[in-house]
Amino acid sequence: MYDAGKIIIGLIIFLILITFPIWYNAASGNPTSAPDLKIITDAKQCVEPTDYMRTNHMNLLDEWRDIVVREKGRYIMLDGKQYEMSLSNTCLDCHSNKADFCDQCHNYMSVDPYCWDCHIESKE
Amino acid sequence: MGIDRRKFIKYAGLTTVAGILGKNPIDALADDEIAVSSEPLKPIVGKRWAMVVDLKKCRQKEGCHDCIDACHHIHNVPDFDNPKDEVKWIWKDHFKHAFVEQEHEYISDEVKHTEILLLCNHCDDAPCVRVCPTQATWKRDDGIVMMDMHRCIGCRYCLVACPYGSRSFNWRDPRPFIKETDPDFPTRMRGVVEKCNFCAERLAKGQMPACVEVCSEGCLVFGDLEDPESEVRELLRSNFTIRRKPGLGTKPEVYYIV
Repeated sequence: MYDAGKIIIGLIIFLILITFPIWYNAASGNPTSAPDLKIITDAKQCVEPTDYMRTNHMNLLDEWRDIVVREKGRYIMLDGKQYEMSLSNTCLDCHSNKADFCDQCHNYMSVDPYCWDCHIESKE
Repeated sequence: MGIDRRKFIKYAGLTTVAGILGKNPIDALADDEIAVSSEPLKPIVGKRWAMVVDLKKCRQKEGCHDCIDACHHIHNVPDFDNPKDEVKWIWKDHFKHAFVEQEHEYISDEVKHTEILLLCNHCDDAPCVRVCPTQATWKRDDGIVMMDMHRCIGCRYCLVACPYGSRSFNWRDPRPFIKETDPDFPTRMRGVVEKCNFCAERLAKGQMPACVEVCSEGCLVFGDLEDPESEVRELLRSNFTIRRKPGLGTKPEVYYIV
C-alpha cells in the first residue's frame, strides 16, 4: 500500500470524528436514557387503550382535528363516555405536564410537532 | 370531569342571580364564579347563518366597543398597536369607507360621523374561498366561511380577493401581543391568515356568537336566513337594510339597518 501511514492516520481521524457524538455524550455524563413519562392523572384509562395511544395518538389527533375543524363534530363517544375532541381541553386536562409527558418521547425521537405553535400548552 | 348536584344547583343559582342583575355575560364568565359545564351542549344549527347590525341602536352608545373586546379576547386576537401589522376580526370604520358606493356629500351628520361595525360578511359567493389554493378557507353548508389554520400556507391570495378587508395576516408571531390568553381557543402562528368565523366553536356548543351575546343594546342579531320565522328575517322584513358593496356580486350576509 502506498502512503499507508497517512491513510491509517486519516482513517483513525475519520473514525474519531464519526463516533464523536458517542464520546461526547459519554464524556458529558449525560448518557441517553429511555424516555421517562410521568402520568399525573388519577384516571384509569385514556380515550383509547394505552398501547393504541402510544403508537397512534398522532393519527387520532389528526382525525379529531379534521372532524372538529372541517366536519363540525365536537364530541366523541368512547366506551359510553362523551369526550370533547380537543387537544388543549381534553388531552391536557389529564396530561397537563407537557415537559414530562409529550416532550419526553418527542425529544428522544427528535420529532417536533407544530401543535404548540398555536394550541396553548396547559391551563393555568 | 363531572359536576355534582351541589355544584350544579350552586351554579344554576348563581346564573339566575347574574341573569336578574343583568350582568354582562363575558364579565360573568371572566370572574370564575360560574364554571362552564363540561357536559356537551346541544349545538345551534342553521341552514344559512346571517347577521343584522342595527346601526340606529349602535349609534346610541357611541364609543362602545364591548363586542370588539369580547371577540378579540375569546379568540386570542393579538394587539400589535401598529396599523401595518394589525390583526382584526371585528372593527369599526366610517360610513364613507364601509359603504363606498352609497356615500355622498350631504349624508346626515350622525351617519357621517359615527363609526360602523364591520366584520367578515360570510359571503354566499366568497371570493376568498374561490382563490384559496389549499382549501384552507371554505364555505360550510350553513354558510359560514371557515378557516383551517392547519392548511393555510400564508399565500395571502384571500387577503387580496376579499373586497371588505376582513382578513388579516400574521406578519409576526402573535403570541407575545395577546394581552390575556384564553386557553379555550388556540392562538395563531406567524404566517397564517385569520378572520371572523361567526363563532363556529361557540355555535357547536350551543352558544350564540360572542359579539351578539355581549352587546347590551341588542344591535347585533344573528340567525338563520332560511327560517322565515327567525329574528333576522323579521328584521329584514320590517326594516330597510343595506349591504356592503353589493355590486361586486359576492352576496354578503351581514345586513345593516342605517
